[in-house]
This record gives sequence, structure tokens and C-alpha cells, in this order.
Amino acid sequence: MDFTRLAAIDVGRHFGRRKALSQITFECRAGEILGLLGPNGAGKSTLLSILATLLTPSTGRVEYGTFSADSAGAALRSRLGLLGHDLYLYPELTARENLMFFAQLYALSEPARAVAEGLEHAALSGRADDQVGGFSRGMRQRLALERALLHKPRLLLLDEPFTGLDQASVAALSARLKGLRDQGSLIVLATHDLDVAEDVISRSLFLRDGRLARDPGPARDLRTRYLQAMGQS
Amino acid sequence: MKAFLRVAWLVVRKDLTVEIRSLEILSTTVFFAVTVVLVFSFGLIKEGRAPEDVAAAILWIAMAFAGTLALGRTFDRERQNETLRALLLAPADRPALYAGKLLGMLFLLALVEVLLVLLVGLLFQAPVFSSPALLIALLVSGSLGFASVGTLFAAMLVRARSRDVLLPILLYPITVPVMIAGVRGTAALFQAAPDEVMARFWLALLLFFDAVFVTLALWTFEPLMTD
Repeated sequence: MDFTRLAAIDVGRHFGRRKALSQITFECRAGEILGLLGPNGAGKSTLLSILATLLTPSTGRVEYGTFSADSAGAALRSRLGLLGHDLYLYPELTARENLMFFAQLYALSEPARAVAEGLEHAALSGRADDQVGGFSRGMRQRLALERALLHKPRLLLLDEPFTGLDQASVAALSARLKGLRDQGSLIVLATHDLDVAEDVISRSLFLRDGRLARDPGPARDLRTRYLQAMGQS
Repeated sequence: MKAFLRVAWLVVRKDLTVEIRSLEILSTTVFFAVTVVLVFSFGLIKEGRAPEDVAAAILWIAMAFAGTLALGRTFDRERQNETLRALLLAPADRPALYAGKLLGMLFLLALVEVLLVLLVGLLFQAPVFSSPALLIALLVSGSLGFASVGTLFAAMLVRARSRDVLLPILLYPITVPVMIAGVRGTAALFQAAPDEVMARFWLALLLFFDAVFVTLALWTFEPLMTD
């Protein structure tokens, strides 16, 4: 299965009596990087979890082309990649073992090749057989991104992917994301880092208290728009 | 079926590799189980003689307590780096992930039980080698019944704040029939004249519980893990 469009339609999610998200509607197409911007607790991670099919929306629905999470199941999950705030890596395993485990879990046809490419992209070929627990945050972040990209997902969901990266790694990641965008990936990126985001994202959604805040318009720079959308200027 | 087994094997292999590197679950579980048996032996053995029928009960109590400790820790490990989310996001049969976690747990329990059986045999003078095949069958089927429910609950509770309290509260009442069948079956074997007929009866009951618990767990794992 494949898709080139992601749409959230009136999506809401509550945990008990607490509303984490409500009335979220947007659309995103292949070749776009959609920025999800908002303060802590705005609902960005919850929305990413819903888009990743790990949470079911309490109201509304998410469409992946003509498919839904219910109808496509495992086939849809094979087209999704998620890099969360936690890195989804086993610290006791080596970098190679981590990637190989997930490559085999995704039943890739050439897991060894995919792993070697991933290690090279992460600039970790020289540390491939070292346990991940001994890596710096930046190294783990780069490895985690490659884990999320091993199976060449159509939809890539990133939660604060620039955390812990030095300037060179941020630049490399930005270039990688732009490359994926140009290859037709659909990327949703939640971040606080407005300076980096401005350079990378095609479009932005502002989230405040679980709701979409009005975008003041494309004329101003991202930081000004963000502050206006959050009602802080 | 092939894909199911492949995924289950991947999870088992990964869990065992992690455990071999850290020895975290095995060391704490073995230490705890041995302590339980030693404490009972100091309390119950008088003048070198243990009361009749206590060996089987102590063996299963130690197994249940140590198993609960291991169950909590194995999923705690998946929670710490949120790797459970990565597993659930993979396009693999989710029941196969459950089966992999269950098999890994059974392997660890088997290692602990080997030590426990030898220790109980030594301290309580239980005839642990009188019907070895039946004893192994009872322990394997009892562990399967206990771990099948425990693995499901531990996975369910992975995000609960009070998971360490909730796991035994949920697990022990449901696995009481398994414990009773295990203790009675093992006690029948630990008699001076082993009663193999009675042991087989309890084994059959254990196999019935296993079939029910494993089927229910495989059936409910996916909906329970989808929030």
C-alpha cells in the first residue's frame, strides 16, 4: 500500500476528563514538511502518536490517502516512521544490533545492506559494534533517526529531532530531511526550535492547549508568527 | 505462521541478548528466589527434618514471587526508552510480539527453576529426581500458565504509575488455580512413594489452564495495547 496524502479530520483526544486535543483538521501532501509548533503540553506528541496509529482519536479520523489505521493495520505501519522524544533504542545492544533488530522486524529484503547504509548516514560506521548506552545524546539521536528511516517510510513523524545535536549534526539532519522531502516523503515535524524549523518546514501548524491556533499569515518570520499565534505579542 | 514465529524469535533473541549483557533480571530473580527458599528452610527445618509436603509449596512460592519480579522488570526495560512503542509500530503481528516476550520470560524462569529445584531438593530432602519428566512437565506448564497471564498484565500496566503494586494484585488471584495445581501435582511427586497418577491429573489441569490463558492473552493483546 502507498499514499501521498495525510489528512486529519476533526481529530480530538481526551484522557479521562482531560482534553489533550480537539478539532484538529489539516492536510499534508507528499513532498511537504509540516511543522507542528507549540509550547509544552500543547498536544504535539499526542497528535504525533495518533498519526503514528499508536493512539486512537476519541473523535474524528485520520486518512492516509484512501486508507485508515483500522482498515490498513500492519500494511500502513510499514509505511510509517516515528522518531519520538525517547529514542526507541536498546542501550544494551550495539548500534548495528539495534538497526538489525528493527530491519528484521520490518522484514526488509536486504537487512544487512539497509543497516550498513543507516550506519553510514548516521556517521556511526566506526562505532557500529559499540553498545548504544555509551553513545552521546547526539549519536543516539542520529542512530534513532536511521532506525525510523530503515524501511523508507512514506510518512515520517519526528518529535523534537534536533534535541541534543550539535550545529554540524543539525545541518546534516536538515539536509537529510530536505532530501527526503524532495524524494516524495511526507514529513510531520514537532519542534520548539523555531530557528532550525524555519529553514526546514514547508508549512506550519500552531498548536495551543490542544487546539489549532490561527496562523497570522506567511508575511512575517516564523518566530513572530509563532508568538502571535500563541498570543504573546 | 512463519512470520509469526520469525517475529517471536526476533523478540526472544533480542531480550536474551539484552539480558546476557546486563544480567539484571536473572541476577535479581535468582537472588530473590534463593533468599525465599533459604528463609523458609531456616524457619521450617527442625533437627534436619522438614515438615511433610512443604517443599512443593516453597518451590512454587519462590517461583511465583521471583516470576513477578522478572515480569515487572522485563517491561520496565521496554518502557524506559519507549521501545515498546517502536515494537508496536512495526508491521508485525502484535500477538507475535507477546509470544516473543512470553518465551523470553519462560526461558528466564526455567533457569531460575533449575536452581530452585536443586536447592529445594537439597534443603528439604525432596525426591526431585524420582519422576524427572513429570516434574519438568509440571514446572513448564505451571510457568506457562503463570507467565502467560503475567506477560499480558505487565504489558498492559507498562504505563501505569502504580504498576509495581497493580501487577501482583491482578496476577495472583487469576493464577491461583495454576499455583494450586502446580503445588498439588509437585507434592504428589515429592512424596516418599511418588503418586504419578495424581501428578498427571494436576498436569492435565495445568495444560487446560495454559490453553485457556494463552488463547485469551493472544486474543486480547492487540486491543489492550492499542490505546
